[in-house]
Amino acid sequence: MTDVTNLEERFQARIDAEQKIEPKDWMPEKYRKTLVRQISQHAHSEVVGMLPEGNWITRAPSLRRKAILLAKVQDEAGHGLYLYSACETLGVTREKTIDDLLSGKAKYSSIFNYPTLTWADIGAVGWLVDGAAIMNQVMLCRTSYGPYARAMVRICKEESFHQRQGYEIMSVLAKGTPEQKEMAQDALNRWWWPSLMMFGPSDANSPNSADSMKWKIKRQSNDELRQIFIDRTVQQAEVIGLTIPDPELKWNEATKHYDWGAIDWTEFNNVVAGNGPCNKERLAARNKAHDEGAWVREAALAYAAKKAKKQAA
Amino acid sequence: MSAENSNNWPLWEVFIQSKRGLEHKHVGSLHAADAQMAIENARDVYTRRQEGNSIWVVPAGAISSSQPDDAAMLFDPADDKTYRHPTFYVMPEGAKYI
Amino acid sequence: MSRPGTGFDPRSDPIMSTALFTYALRLGDDLLILSHRLGEWCGHGPVLEEDIALANRALDHIGEARNLYDYAVKVEGKGRTEDDLAYLRAERQFVNTKLVEQPNGDYAHTIVRSFLFDAYHLPLAEALTRSSDAQIAAIAAKAVKEAQYHLKHSSDWLIRFGDGTEESHRRAQEALDALWTYTGELFVQDDVHEAMVKAGIAPDLSTIKQAFDATVDRVLAEATLKRPADGYMMSGGRQGKHSEHLGFLLAEMQYLQRAYPGAEW
Repeated sequence: MTDVTNLEERFQARIDAEQKIEPKDWMPEKYRKTLVRQISQHAHSEVVGMLPEGNWITRAPSLRRKAILLAKVQDEAGHGLYLYSACETLGVTREKTIDDLLSGKAKYSSIFNYPTLTWADIGAVGWLVDGAAIMNQVMLCRTSYGPYARAMVRICKEESFHQRQGYEIMSVLAKGTPEQKEMAQDALNRWWWPSLMMFGPSDANSPNSADSMKWKIKRQSNDELRQIFIDRTVQQAEVIGLTIPDPELKWNEATKHYDWGAIDWTEFNNVVAGNGPCNKERLAARNKAHDEGAWVREAALAYAAKKAKKQAA
Repeated sequence: MSAENSNNWPLWEVFIQSKRGLEHKHVGSLHAADAQMAIENARDVYTRRQEGNSIWVVPAGAISSSQPDDAAMLFDPADDKTYRHPTFYVMPEGAKYI
Repeated sequence: MSRPGTGFDPRSDPIMSTALFTYALRLGDDLLILSHRLGEWCGHGPVLEEDIALANRALDHIGEARNLYDYAVKVEGKGRTEDDLAYLRAERQFVNTKLVEQPNGDYAHTIVRSFLFDAYHLPLAEALTRSSDAQIAAIAAKAVKEAQYHLKHSSDWLIRFGDGTEESHRRAQEALDALWTYTGELFVQDDVHEAMVKAGIAPDLSTIKQAFDATVDRVLAEATLKRPADGYMMSGGRQGKHSEHLGFLLAEMQYLQRAYPGAEW
């Protein structure tokens, strides 16, 4: 037992010294499990996140927007891929990770269980959802696990256009026809609170946060990140003349932050529990793609095996 | 990997040379049924933003790596060989181009 | 292609100008519609890596389509934009081939559709780099490199399917048999095309057909697939007489522009 204690001390000392943990290093089982859970959830979120936006590729209102959206949703596939790879360095195959998603065992960000009803939702998703995600992701570039941090660096680099394209869509709509402006405001109204929920429960109610902070998997708390996001986004909404749907929102001169209203966590818990507007559709779509792709994956393997055999002969 | 899930493609590590003359650098991994597909997938996954000039792919299982526990034995002995670095040497004042 | 006498500009001649406009539209419509179809896969591909590959392809196609539309509206000179062409033309005004508007079907259908198009598109793009029309030639020069990769990608997959499992072989052959009837239209040389050939703008399609045949034969042989007999060949797309599929595709694609006329996006 002393051995494990020693190992744990050395492990923690390394973390405290801001050294990265690499796949072959000893790590506490709980650290590994926490990472596997977090990285796989993150990967699933990228891949499931392709669906609400992918919806609009065929309906994008201009060729420029169509190309941008396609490139953006394609990036999400890439990000899912990088993250599944990071997960594999912890000894969990992509296949196993995806099986857990498809069976409904694994979670993904609840935000993707909301529907994209209008074109303005594509703007709102880019601006707010990617905006909230990037707060987390920038922090995660410094996370203690090397492969996760490296994946995040790549993701952040690619992600930087995502939020801007969303905000651009919103700003064009906001100064468009009255109908377009209404569409933009409606999208903001619907996406604002779910975006705030993306940062997770408040610190007091976040069961995994303490360990994650100690191990420097997370480096800023849910509430800290949420507050920065609000402060930034309020200003951006003002610039394009949209109203944040929170009557209690008010600048606080003393804290130099915005005060804001209460999040409806009942809604959040409901969506997490599978009762969001699109939970079933999202999982069904992923399962369909996986099932219908099975023969394709098999064929490629069968052909590779034949070719290898021929080359060996 | 279980036998009944036989349609799982093997894992490959990807190395990209971003410019002629530079080294190939590890950028990540991906799945592919064979080497040719791995190169094409690497092109599509890892060079979408003009990052690429040349691609290497290696089956992940073919990479051998040193053990973290051996790190001290392997790397610490180099610590006191400072004479391998140019800054170790005292140059007379005024000497140029050296 | 031979260059006509010096100083010849097809755009200065009203008949030629209309033909050139139509030709650029034909090239562009094929690419836009195919790109749209490939975009339908995004998020639903058989494996993540392939999802990314298909999106790359769709992006190449839409990029080339936009270049061609941009040129078409300049040739037309009526102040229209690329989006006017894509979003405000009706079914009968689209002049893509029927091949590219066919639904995605299973992955074998998608791959075969792309393969047949790529086997035509690559030699066409190569020939167009020598077009007497500098703009068409420049657009083609960029497209050639993309088309090379597309053909490689679709050929590789078709070979994997053909020589993979029994199921993949069967699916690939079915797709090939189903889509073959749409290949004839790629090589129909009507008045518009004849005018382009005469002006040195476009190649004679019989030369493209030769290259197409050679590619198809080579790849199908390696894929152990059977080349379907040249039975009845569907056509009409180039004259705006499409399959029913295109109407639905356009209804979806154009809906925002139609629902909010004149709005900027």
